[in-house]
Amino acid sequence: MDLNLSDEQRLLRESAERFVAESYDADHRRKMANDPLGFSPAVWKQFAELGWLALPIPEELDGLGGGPVEIGILMEAFGRGLVSEPYIATVVLGAALIDKCASTAQKQASLPKIADGSLKLAFAHSERAARFDLAKVATSATKSAHGWHLSGSKIAVLDGHAADDLIVSAHLHDHRGPSGRIGLFLVPATASDLAISDYPRLGGGRACNIELSGVQLPEDALLGDGRDALPAIEWAVDRAMAALGAEAVGIMQTLLDTTLEYTKIREQFGRPLSANQVIRHRLADMAIQVDEARSMALRAALKADSPPVERARAASAAKAKIGKCARFVGEQSIQLHGGMGVTEELEVGAYFKRLVAFDTLFGGSAHHYARHAQLGRITQSA
Amino acid sequence: MDLSFNAEERAFQNEVRGFIAKNLTEEMKRATALTPSVFSDPDIGMAWQRALHRRGWGAPGWPVDHGGPDWTPAQRWIFESECARAGVPNVNVMGVKMVGPVIIGFGSPEQKNFYLPRILSGEDYWCQGYSEPGSGSDLSSLKTRAVRDGDDYIINGTKIWTTHAHHANRMFALVRTSDGPRQQDGISFILIDMKTPGITTRPILTIGGDHEVNQVFFDDVRVPVANRVGEEGKGWTYGKYLLEFERGSGIASAKLREGLRAITELAESDLTGRAIDSPDIASRISEVEVDIDALEMTELRVLSALQTGQNPGAVSSILKLRNSEIRQAVTRLGVDVIGHDALAVEPTRPLYKLNREPALPEDMLTVVPEYLNGRAYTIFGGTSEIQRDIIAKMMLGI
Repeated sequence: MDLNLSDEQRLLRESAERFVAESYDADHRRKMANDPLGFSPAVWKQFAELGWLALPIPEELDGLGGGPVEIGILMEAFGRGLVSEPYIATVVLGAALIDKCASTAQKQASLPKIADGSLKLAFAHSERAARFDLAKVATSATKSAHGWHLSGSKIAVLDGHAADDLIVSAHLHDHRGPSGRIGLFLVPATASDLAISDYPRLGGGRACNIELSGVQLPEDALLGDGRDALPAIEWAVDRAMAALGAEAVGIMQTLLDTTLEYTKIREQFGRPLSANQVIRHRLADMAIQVDEARSMALRAALKADSPPVERARAASAAKAKIGKCARFVGEQSIQLHGGMGVTEELEVGAYFKRLVAFDTLFGGSAHHYARHAQLGRITQSA
Repeated sequence: MDLSFNAEERAFQNEVRGFIAKNLTEEMKRATALTPSVFSDPDIGMAWQRALHRRGWGAPGWPVDHGGPDWTPAQRWIFESECARAGVPNVNVMGVKMVGPVIIGFGSPEQKNFYLPRILSGEDYWCQGYSEPGSGSDLSSLKTRAVRDGDDYIINGTKIWTTHAHHANRMFALVRTSDGPRQQDGISFILIDMKTPGITTRPILTIGGDHEVNQVFFDDVRVPVANRVGEEGKGWTYGKYLLEFERGSGIASAKLREGLRAITELAESDLTGRAIDSPDIASRISEVEVDIDALEMTELRVLSALQTGQNPGAVSSILKLRNSEIRQAVTRLGVDVIGHDALAVEPTRPLYKLNREPALPEDMLTVVPEYLNGRAYTIFGGTSEIQRDIIAKMMLGI
């Protein structure tokens, strides 16, 4: 039992925090908010140079072989600066799904390119009718003599507009009809009969909705051997929730720091706001919730490769709890900034919006408390 | 980073399990499960303390040369977790965990030689004289006065919320020996024999129907000056040191988890008409379980920091605050789970000596009293409001 950072992990944290503090300031964020791409290709290149895109990729495929804890360290630093590069889409979800599902040849074709920054991915899975149910996929993939036909609609695809390839989930159909299995397909963003409509995402970055109207794909567009991809999807989304949880911790920490500073400077009734006990206690509660969120994000990362039920319960526990903490810390940060907190003139609102987006993504607190309850009862500790 | 235990730690875990299996009697287990107050009665608690002492585990936090077992923080975690899981008696902490460390830290050689072995063996039973009717959160405003008379102090005043004063043969107390410029000055830390003439004890019943705390009166009580720990007037420093131990023992999640497990079993039982089938109850159980997960993880982070010699600081206030709040959430859930059975009051104490059929199932006997008495968790040992003050000051610098 040891929860201290290793020397390598400490170095990673320091370099990530330094990068975000030095190159990711308010001006940069404002520019990105109005940018049609929503992030900076130059920064993405720096991510590649720093080795961050290679972080979770196996060493034999030009990666660094890092795990969820290292991803969490990076994501927390990203959260502090509200980084908008498509790291979750390409590295945390994309690379993980390929690593888990793809054939050796497919891995060799994709993973080194993710590592060097030349391939960006996006995971097109959510559908309107499914809400947060990962198993519910109406998009169909029909086998023909020439390969596959994909038809259906996907929503809330993170950074799909910037992806070179989309990983699209679809219900596999054979000559007998629906097979009950989900497959994952690598779909070039330039494929015909594919319509991508993107929009600015709450809290920074972009997302898109996708229409597949009989997109034709070669046989080897299917990742792996056609076995049901649902367990891999659940595994990857649980990982993404752990990573997003760490990002939320970074966001909350910045909000807490900023709000604390503000209450020390802002004077009303002849004294700083922080001289009032009601304000001090509110800030104490915020600090407690940031700390609880940090514990839960770390816990989910450490259990990301545990047996499925244990892993899923830890991921849902983290998503639910961090979501609750995030809403509280975000809302109180605005409250303590007073009227200015509600304006676009301060950055508090941008950080808050990213937290709201976090809480919504892959299902909010209520959904994940319910999933946690469905997955089983209290079993064991640590 | 690694959440799992290594081979040595797992071997120790087995050792602890073996010890518990051999020494925890059915009577101790049942008495513990049926005690709706914080600590076990002395006959139960001290029987367990003696078993621990025989094994050399009587004082996990003490240095080796005073009889501590020299455990790593991880071993302490394993020990406390296994004890919670098995439902061992809740030994009154006033001796081993509170006055013990103060005597070790600040006591004279004579005091160490006399008191420490008697704490370990369970021969002495201690109570704490801190709060007074006029001094709750503002503890250093205390007025119980010790006036020097030759080799004695003469003590007059009163202490309140004195847990198990009616069982204890000794008390450690904060008393005023002089009036300093600040109210924290002039307080001394003194050890009192409860059989000394002039001491009277009045029981205070808590709202769950239990007699655990008391008010103690001092009427010209003569205590040798030799019973003072450390310097005269420095008692506040020693007392604060002790309070940090009280808050930061830091291993509470395992006990909370067992409490929630018991409530969950009731919710899954036909006795409650399967309360768990209500989505609200199921979701609240998950919510509390997740809060316990977060607390446990924070405890483990503190433990890891301690293993490498780092000081966790004000996080002990976070642990105290969250432990008390979650405990209340567990007991609140319990009341909601048992439904109509929450209406039945069983006034007999101790419950484990009840010799007739109770009005409600035995597994439910402690649910309402624990909820009611449990309101005290956010009050004793520094209220939640005081903890938030500490967090704001120590962690946030405001």
